[in-house]
Amino acid sequence: MKSGSQLEKILTAGHFAFTGELGPPRGTNIEAIKKKAAPLKGMVDAVNITDNQTAVVRMSSMAASLFAIAEGLEPNYQMVCRDRNRLAMQGDILGAYAHGIRNMLCLSGDHQQFGDHPQSKGVFDIDSTQLINMVKNMRDEGTFLNGQEIDEPPKMFIGAAANPFAEPFEWRIFRLAKKIQAGADFVQTQCVFNMERMREWIKRANDMGLSEKAYILPGVTPMKSLGMARYMKAKVPGMDVPDYVIDRLKGVDKKDQADEGIKMACEQIAEFKEMKGVAGVHLMAIEWEHKVPEIAERAGMLPRPQV
Amino acid sequence: MIVAERKPFDEIKESIQDYKKVLVVGCGTCVAVCLTGGEKEVGVLSAELKLSQKAESAPAVFGEATVQRQCDFEFLDEIKDIVGEYDALLSMACGAGIQFLAERYPEIPVFPAVDTTFIGVNKDVGWYEERCRACGSCALAMTGGICPVTMCAKSLFNGPCGGTNQGSCEINKDQPCAWYMIHERLSKQGRLDNIMKICPPNDWRNQTPQTLIQPGYEERIESSK
Repeated sequence: MKSGSQLEKILTAGHFAFTGELGPPRGTNIEAIKKKAAPLKGMVDAVNITDNQTAVVRMSSMAASLFAIAEGLEPNYQMVCRDRNRLAMQGDILGAYAHGIRNMLCLSGDHQQFGDHPQSKGVFDIDSTQLINMVKNMRDEGTFLNGQEIDEPPKMFIGAAANPFAEPFEWRIFRLAKKIQAGADFVQTQCVFNMERMREWIKRANDMGLSEKAYILPGVTPMKSLGMARYMKAKVPGMDVPDYVIDRLKGVDKKDQADEGIKMACEQIAEFKEMKGVAGVHLMAIEWEHKVPEIAERAGMLPRPQV
Repeated sequence: MIVAERKPFDEIKESIQDYKKVLVVGCGTCVAVCLTGGEKEVGVLSAELKLSQKAESAPAVFGEATVQRQCDFEFLDEIKDIVGEYDALLSMACGAGIQFLAERYPEIPVFPAVDTTFIGVNKDVGWYEERCRACGSCALAMTGGICPVTMCAKSLFNGPCGGTNQGSCEINKDQPCAWYMIHERLSKQGRLDNIMKICPPNDWRNQTPQTLIQPGYEERIESSK
């Protein structure tokens, strides 16, 4: 075991993993965290705690991860390169591990221009691939980025993100390969809607042996409405929403669109369970945490295995 | 070249409002090429300042002077006989020029009339684009001559990120994705191997004030100190 996290145990035991997501509050509202955490308990193996996602200030991902632990969840502590330099990052990784955090997802981060402080200075001292490698060396070599020894190194289960849909498509798999070579143990992808392209991407990952070196968890986001699908297609960079997704939601009554969205997500999960090279699913039920038990039930993900 | 942009007129006017005799000092190099702070722009700015003061009781005096390079003491010396007639200097040079002017004439207040924006290229008359951040450790050999520090909004060394948007950057449809271009160029040149390996964290050498002494000049500089 690299970190001994629940997520690592589930994956190494060969179970189909199921991870969720929790966005920290825009303030000190602990009750809001508890409210979002409650429906996730027992439904997922780990919960991504986002780090100032979309470049909007929220409670720090480390602090919210600690509240998640207190609520009986296992956090997947997200860290972006936008807000911290290599000193702050390493310091936070030490603190996170000392507090019991065992999973980390290493990201570049959305550009600050998108967020609520567009005037801010983006740090980007190192990039996500370099961050992955830094966390790996902290764990496996017991050294900081500068090569100096760590007094009791942090042992994280290291996650990376991948977007199978961005251009140039032929390069994406090589970028994934770089992140895995840098030290990623597991990979969570951008929300998947274009299944044809996903199948092709996973096939390439299999052909290159990448799915044997890291656990790949495709991202699944249930559409809440036709409006959400249209918004994601038109406005969210790097998102690939095919017309057949829009058409299918268009084909049902407005009041049934949310249910249809969940149905589509469950169909995707069913296909991923059978897909070679896929080790689990990352469910991003955006501001829809209370629906996770229903989705988990309908997707046949319950009960979660105990390892 | 170094590209600069003239400050808003009201900001310039307010900065020098307490001075009655102001010398507007242009620079004949980079800021002249980008049509911001050369002799012509000095004339325009001082004319605007004069005009805006007409209604007031005691109009200030605005002189004009443009030197070849404000980043060079030799050229700054050219105005040594006239600066004494003024109680403030308004520089239209880049930030380096403004500071060197203030260093050359430390007894006279110096004010900036431009915002220095970037090291860039001349795309067409009046159209300039950034190309270099002067990071101090050039990566262009690896990236096919496209700077990942400057041209990627996140300065990634192992890109492109997931936000790359069909050849555009996530921040703006009109901004090309640097890593998309890097991939395209290296692919055409058969040099993709360059970016297959993980590029390690950068050595940011621009975090402290930099000095360069060319080989062969050390002794001369040491003796002049």
